[in-house]
Amino acid sequence: MAVETAEGYVKVIVFQLKDEEYAIEVDDVQSIEKMQAVTRIPGVEPYIIGVMNLRGVITPVMDLRKRFELESRPYDEATRILVLKRDNSDIGFIVDGANDVMDIAASNIEPTPEVVGGVAEEYLRGVIKLEERLFTLLHIDKILNKQDDKQRSGM
Amino acid sequence: MTTDIIRYIELKNRLFNKKYSSIYEIFLIITDISEVIVRKEKKAAFTIDNLQNQGVWILGQSEYLEVFIDESQEHLQTLNDHLMQLEKEPEDISIVGEIFRSAHTLKGMGATMGFEDLARLTHNLENVLDLIRHEHMSVTSHVMDVVFESVDDLEEMITDIAGGGDGSRDVSEAVQKLEVLQSGEDKETAAKSEAAAAVHVESSQDTDNTAVSESYDEYERTVLKQSQEQGYTPYKLEITLDEQTMLKAARVYMVFDVLEQVGDIIKSTPSADELEDENFESSFVITVISSVELEELRQRVLKVSEITNVSVEVVNVDEPAPATDNGSNDTPEKPAEDASAEKNEQQEDAAKPAKADKPEKQNTGSKKGSELNKTIRVNIDRLDVLMNLFEELVIDRGRLEQISSELNNSELNETVERMSRISGDLQEIILNMRMMPIDQVFNRFPRMVRSLSKELGKKVNLEITGAETELDRTIIDEIGDPLVHLIRNSIDHGIEQPDVREAAGKSPEGNVHLSAYHSGNNVFIEIEDDGNGIDQEKVIKKSLENGVVNEEDLEKMNDQQIFGLMFASGFSTAQEITDISGRGVGLDVVRNTFETLGGNITVNSVYGRGSLFSVQLPLTLSIIDVMLVEIGKEKYGVPLTAIVETAIVNKNEVHSAHGQKVIDFRGNVIPLVFLNEIFEVPDTETAGEDEYYSLVIVSKGDKIAGLVVDSLIGQHDVVLKSLGSYLSNVFAISGATILGDGQVALILDSNALIK
Repeated sequence: MAVETAEGYVKVIVFQLKDEEYAIEVDDVQSIEKMQAVTRIPGVEPYIIGVMNLRGVITPVMDLRKRFELESRPYDEATRILVLKRDNSDIGFIVDGANDVMDIAASNIEPTPEVVGGVAEEYLRGVIKLEERLFTLLHIDKILNKQDDKQRSGM
Repeated sequence: MTTDIIRYIELKNRLFNKKYSSIYEIFLIITDISEVIVRKEKKAAFTIDNLQNQGVWILGQSEYLEVFIDESQEHLQTLNDHLMQLEKEPEDISIVGEIFRSAHTLKGMGATMGFEDLARLTHNLENVLDLIRHEHMSVTSHVMDVVFESVDDLEEMITDIAGGGDGSRDVSEAVQKLEVLQSGEDKETAAKSEAAAAVHVESSQDTDNTAVSESYDEYERTVLKQSQEQGYTPYKLEITLDEQTMLKAARVYMVFDVLEQVGDIIKSTPSADELEDENFESSFVITVISSVELEELRQRVLKVSEITNVSVEVVNVDEPAPATDNGSNDTPEKPAEDASAEKNEQQEDAAKPAKADKPEKQNTGSKKGSELNKTIRVNIDRLDVLMNLFEELVIDRGRLEQISSELNNSELNETVERMSRISGDLQEIILNMRMMPIDQVFNRFPRMVRSLSKELGKKVNLEITGAETELDRTIIDEIGDPLVHLIRNSIDHGIEQPDVREAAGKSPEGNVHLSAYHSGNNVFIEIEDDGNGIDQEKVIKKSLENGVVNEEDLEKMNDQQIFGLMFASGFSTAQEITDISGRGVGLDVVRNTFETLGGNITVNSVYGRGSLFSVQLPLTLSIIDVMLVEIGKEKYGVPLTAIVETAIVNKNEVHSAHGQKVIDFRGNVIPLVFLNEIFEVPDTETAGEDEYYSLVIVSKGDKIAGLVVDSLIGQHDVVLKSLGSYLSNVFAISGATILGDGQVALILDSNALIK
């Protein structure tokens, strides 16, 4: 599913979450939005903070910190919403900040090591090593899949 | 080949000059031309395959496929309608004319588009209909069964084609049945000839001086007439072959060959197919337009060996052959009657003077005809796009209204007000455009009921009222299956066997009444039967067995609530699983479908007397009227359709019963639903200080509840949007909308809040 640019390159968006950098393939990302008003939806998983009006489309918004059970932090100027297109419906991921768009050689992607930060291993697809930087490539389908969520709070 | 092209172009020009209004006529003429072409092709090779190629040559297939499918479906419906009518009144032969025309058009279109199986089946169907039309076959239940079966086959073929298939289907069984009908009936008639033409000859021999008789359809007459105008003479030839002839088909083709050297063959009876199959006794009739003299034509044909007799006659195109004295309904009059009927249909003349004695029966037919002329077909996708664009406009309208009220500029206010009014009108028109008569769903039920009652050995009379009631297309698309389920239920479980009914003092024929009507912003659909009704004890027993309800709750329930248990999941009353219902899809699925559409279903029944299923549906889905309310700092919309009224009650009017807060509302004790608790709304500290509660009283069926909110904002037209697939099944939320200030407000599903 990785769309390869040139020879064996993957274009990714690099974003900040807590003190680590993560990556999502650029093809999955529809747009990057500034933080905006979100309407709370009652009775859903706590990491779904609500829905927003994205140019006339009602778009659910998920707080990735809450999804990965990292400690919360107030949203600020740097906070971004990555809007992803999935199965004909959009979903927004709130991240601490969008840092970069990069071409990564497929050879730089390595399998996930045993322990990575605080993010449960099942959401990760691999680790990208690039000089002194280290990004974690996220597994979007796993993040979106509510059934697989073993730590799901008893809603 | 080239002459055919020229002929085609000539005809086409004539068509355009005459300004034929309906495309199906063009199809008819083209079909005839293609038949001529095919016949020519057959001289070289005895194959029908060329038909397809010729068809494609004449009309670009893909370009016309959509039209073909639409029109075919319409004709199938006409077929079904008229067949049902014919079954009720087998003596009314005029209906057969209508049926015949639909079948003929279908055949023509099918052949033109290259759907051979379809053409073949309709061809045989047409033959049977022709026999009925000329009263050589009587309308028996068996005949109707066979005809209905082949219509079923046709339907499946069209469905297949619509789904992108090639419409091929094994029609041999149906064709065989039809053929058996034809031959079987023929043996009984005096003339042992298979085809109608030979029969005509004999039946009209005593009154007409000539032995040649042939009937023409409207379009055939048109072709003949036009050829005459161009200086050709139309001839009818009856050709009799020697009884000893071994290769009859070969002789036929020699005759065709000879005739086509001097003219064009317009029609043959039996048809070319049958002649090819040697499906005739010894004589056949050919209609030819030619410029040669009558005697020359005769001599030319006689040169073909093994031909014993040729009788030639000039066709009198202008007026149909004079009616015979003895049989007023005899063959010569038929084409005239058909022609007038057809003409009437084209001219959308509802009065139908030619059939003044039965004007009501023709109403549906003529309505269809007029609809064809007055409407244009618009792809539903375009309507959806229009709807989406308009929804955007509604959102901006809200925004504009808000801005203007903030600015308080009188000129701006005026303009915005005017714009709001116009867009309101526009909204009505767009919504109306998406409205379709519920007949779209209902029209398949008579057929279904017919075959069901046959299958179950029951007698059922289905009455339909309010089929013209209009509903949004999206709803129409969804309600078909659940309604089928309900009607199947009524017939399978409701209506008893005839002997049981008689024993119970009812007429042996059961009645099912299907009705639809508007009421306020809703459409009601009711299915009422006078069958056995629902055994309440059985429902209770079953519900307890299956754990649908516990005894405690049961005691508090009224009759309707108990019947309502049948819609709970995990419930099924069918004692024996029959083929009709009880296929694992329960009434709970039916209820779910209606509820997803924003409607509901209730049932009432008197055991032994019958039952009534009542379905309530919203008129449209996408733009709804809501009451905006505020809870804490959040805004929610409550659909106006669910609201009984709004009220403000003093806190000391609230009582507590079994831990549930209730109020006395116009003599009824109704429970209060505290939305701030249910939705866990943060920051609702203000709610505690007020002396009053703001209530939105909502209803679901005959149950009412009061929703407690912080304040009522007002009524708004909003565009209902889905929360998307990721957030399906949020409790008590049916969707969201975008308010004038760009904020998202959630729309409540009050049905979920009333228990």
